[in-house]
Amino acid sequence: MSSTKPIEPPVIRFEEVVKSFGTQRVLDGLTFEVRRGQCLAIMGPSGTGKSVILRHAVGLMKPDAGRVLVEGQEPSKLKPRELAVLRKKIGFLFQEGALINWLSVRDNVALPLRENTRLSEAEIATKVEEKLDLVRIAKQSFDKMPSQISGGMKKRVGLARALVTEPEIVLYDEPNAGLDPEISASINDLIREVQVRLGTTSIVVEHRVACIKTVADEVLFLEKGRAHLQLPPKEFFSSSDPRLRQFLGPNPD
Amino acid sequence: MGIWTTISGLGLALGLRLELFGAVLARLHDVPRRRALIAQELYGSAIQTLHVILLVGLFIGMIVSLQTGIELARIGQQDQIGTIVAVSMAREMGPFITATILAATVGSAMAAEIGTMSVSDELAALEVLSIDRVKLLVLPRVVSLMLAAPLLTVVCDAIGVLGGGFVAQSQLNVSWQLYIDSALEALRTPAQFLPLPKDVWSGLLKSVVFGALVAVIGCASGLQAHGGALGVGRATRAAVRDSIIAIIISNYFMTWLLYQS
Repeated sequence: MSSTKPIEPPVIRFEEVVKSFGTQRVLDGLTFEVRRGQCLAIMGPSGTGKSVILRHAVGLMKPDAGRVLVEGQEPSKLKPRELAVLRKKIGFLFQEGALINWLSVRDNVALPLRENTRLSEAEIATKVEEKLDLVRIAKQSFDKMPSQISGGMKKRVGLARALVTEPEIVLYDEPNAGLDPEISASINDLIREVQVRLGTTSIVVEHRVACIKTVADEVLFLEKGRAHLQLPPKEFFSSSDPRLRQFLGPNPD
Repeated sequence: MGIWTTISGLGLALGLRLELFGAVLARLHDVPRRRALIAQELYGSAIQTLHVILLVGLFIGMIVSLQTGIELARIGQQDQIGTIVAVSMAREMGPFITATILAATVGSAMAAEIGTMSVSDELAALEVLSIDRVKLLVLPRVVSLMLAAPLLTVVCDAIGVLGGGFVAQSQLNVSWQLYIDSALEALRTPAQFLPLPKDVWSGLLKSVVFGALVAVIGCASGLQAHGGALGVGRATRAAVRDSIIAIIISNYFMTWLLYQS
């Protein structure tokens, strides 16, 4: 993707963020920002804190030092009510979809609307069907339970649930993990479509080069808890940076 | 160091459970909206445990009858068996046995279900979606078990008395009529406030408290689970262990309050 868009203000900003688990320092002065409407892909070796970044952005984790700013607010310092308001602007696709296992596909997607809005059941049904259509879930699967659908479908339903509240920011935690190339390609197309149709700001934590090339406006390479490199995909994958070349190997994806 | 770690760990666990119970009380106004979930949980806790309660209650009544009957027969007082079985079932054995069975079956299942949700990011997803997990997950479970426990206790009491009567008649030569008459007479101690006999309502009151304890401890253990399948196992074990401890300790204090004072 090209980066010829006009420069927008940052929606998400990490400033010198430090996070440790026990003696292991996962984030070590991480600084980056994501502008409105931009899709930033984050890649890096396993255990470098890629998912931890997303969890900081939604206030599931607090930084040990530094600041995380989302829409100009620090999630870790907000009161529960304020955090809830901020979170309504954010959709989060978890690695395995994180569907509630005792609710059907339809009820999983309807859940945030039932719990947090005063919409009627008819209005909820319309919105749910619209989002399930967007992620290409067939009608006959609407009443299936999460245990009855495939991993790829779980992710698509998870994405529908993340989008049903029409968030301005969408965070994707390894959307292609464990999927075959064909389903991965459909997920990548879906992520791109969501960005184009809904104009969301996104962070995608991903390893697969094909995915990054499809969805990202910029790629951040994480190394030792810091932003080692942040470039548009074309420049990123043609970079001669020795550490990046070592990570990508001779035939990336 | 070890003792202080244990004490602070116990204090933290107790604090978290009390906090969760407080959060449930603060959300009681949401009960009507959760009636479908409560009914679902009630089915899971009451109906699916009924056969265990029936079997265990029956044998507990038979054991009480046999143990006391043998001794009473030595002094020619076996016609008092009905009294002893009815009072011990209504006051202690019914509520206690029912609560213990609920802790081992329903409480452990609650810890495992919520624990699995915790380790598979479902709870994190609820948090990100700004969904109140106490309202969605804990409140229906606590309310359903507070309803299920007294219902099952009545069943346990009744089947225990019947089991005791069977033993009294078949092994201790006490007539069925005498046994039932003495059992009913024993439960006729008038209550001060309620239309029910004191031994019955005090047992039911205990069972409501036990139901709340088992559900809160089960849910709290699940919510605290972390670290994959191992964490779920730890949460389940903690839920059963702590529920039984809580049942026994609270039983003592409730008995003291209801009968001693």
